[in-house]
Amino acid sequence: MIAFQDLHKAFGPKRVLAGFSLDVRDGETMVIIGYSGTGKSVAIKHVVGLLDPDAGSVTVDGQAVHELDRTGLDVVRSRIGFVFQFAALFDSFTIYENIAFGLRRRRELGEGEIRDRVAHALELVDLPGTEQRMPAELSGGMRKRVGLARAIAIQPAYMLYDEPTTGLDPVTSAVIDALMVKTREALGVTSIVITHDMRSAYTVGDRIAMLFQGKVRQVGTVAEIRESADPVVRGFIEGRADAKPAEAATDLTAEEALAVEGAEG
Amino acid sequence: MLAAIGRSATGAVAGFGRIGLFLADTARALADVRTWGQALAQQMRRIGVDSLPITLFIAAFTGIVLALLASYTFTGAVPMYLVGTLVGKTLMMELGPVLTALALAGRVGATMAAELGTMKVTEQVDALETLAYNPYAYLVIPRVLAGTLMFPVVVAFAMGIGLFTGWIAAITLLPVSTDEFIRGLRLFYRPFDWQYGLIKSASFGFTISLIGCYLGLSTRGGAEGVGSATTRTVVYSAAMILLLDAYWAVTLLRAG
Repeated sequence: MIAFQDLHKAFGPKRVLAGFSLDVRDGETMVIIGYSGTGKSVAIKHVVGLLDPDAGSVTVDGQAVHELDRTGLDVVRSRIGFVFQFAALFDSFTIYENIAFGLRRRRELGEGEIRDRVAHALELVDLPGTEQRMPAELSGGMRKRVGLARAIAIQPAYMLYDEPTTGLDPVTSAVIDALMVKTREALGVTSIVITHDMRSAYTVGDRIAMLFQGKVRQVGTVAEIRESADPVVRGFIEGRADAKPAEAATDLTAEEALAVEGAEG
Repeated sequence: MLAAIGRSATGAVAGFGRIGLFLADTARALADVRTWGQALAQQMRRIGVDSLPITLFIAAFTGIVLALLASYTFTGAVPMYLVGTLVGKTLMMELGPVLTALALAGRVGATMAAELGTMKVTEQVDALETLAYNPYAYLVIPRVLAGTLMFPVVVAFAMGIGLFTGWIAAITLLPVSTDEFIRGLRLFYRPFDWQYGLIKSASFGFTISLIGCYLGLSTRGGAEGVGSATTRTVVYSAAMILLLDAYWAVTLLRAG
């Protein structure tokens, strides 16, 4: 189980998370929605220790991530697959090397076993036979699928998806959604999906939480969120331009936005 | 005015703090031999072998110019065999290490900053972390170690080529025979001459690599940030090379 407990995080004068609390139950897919720049990515980067909280904590299976030393953190990270917004593939490696890289960290795997795991992961994302290609040769959608293959190759207990369908056409988005569902069914993982694509949220989510002004505005099943009477939630899921409160997406100056973006990226 | 001074002071202290943390994280990552060991050979090849063409090109012309400059300076006043002395001492102790380091600040340091900066802004460094790799062990230590170990090797080649072209220039363009050139070369020669040059080179390699890695991993803000990190690496490295050059002269030459 992953639990965010009263998480606070600020970048300079700008508070991004201000008492963010959320429990992600074993086996479920939790979708976190919210306006751009509200700190969704910041929240999940705490799960893998890429950011440390100013206050509060994130626990993974009862362990507070920010209290772990490097070795403990690596143990937790080896159980979490992270799919980055822009795939974050190592551009000097082939696709095979990208996927094998995380597996090589595990001493118990021989090269033959690594080769099998890479091939299996690529089959799961419908990209068999692409092992020797370079990331630059792939389309955006294919790169995201390789990013997904790299994450699932380590056979994680948890999957974190950071805006997996952002920037993709509707058909490719649907392919990625289907892959997320397939991954969950194949591996039985617990997942957190960050998105503002409501079609994707309804497709892959068991529950949906809306992050607003640094904390959870509402959390519930897909049906509960669809039927929400909260005007902020309704405005967001219906995508109404007039529904966005002035302070919703953090009114960052250009410099502050850069700092948040840098921290998120 | 006071507020501006205060902000500058705070910024400077914060900057030193970040550098201190970077050095501490790097030192801690030294224990992860398995990770940095696998990347070291590749970095040594990139810094060493790949740097040789530009280094040898610079050294070749430096040797020629030094021989001609010595001849121009000595004419009529100083025996011409001292051309060998000047070429040897200058190449081994000063121009070999410093010119090579300045050239490699642009080639090696800037490459490191651009490479790590791009990895940083495209989340590849975060991806390394999520795959349970320590970026300091995987990215920083191999580069800094390779820089420290390979700069002296590259400079040694530069010294050799510079001496060779200096000798060729002396016997073909100047009234100096091979025997005279070698006599001048051996005059005042001490093994400390080349040792001093190589010690300096190692310190230049260490510093340039460290600056490139630090600024690369500190990159923020996309392509513009990468460009800025690259430029600053070259500028700071050049300044540090000259500072270190003066430091070694004061500490080792006065003592020697």
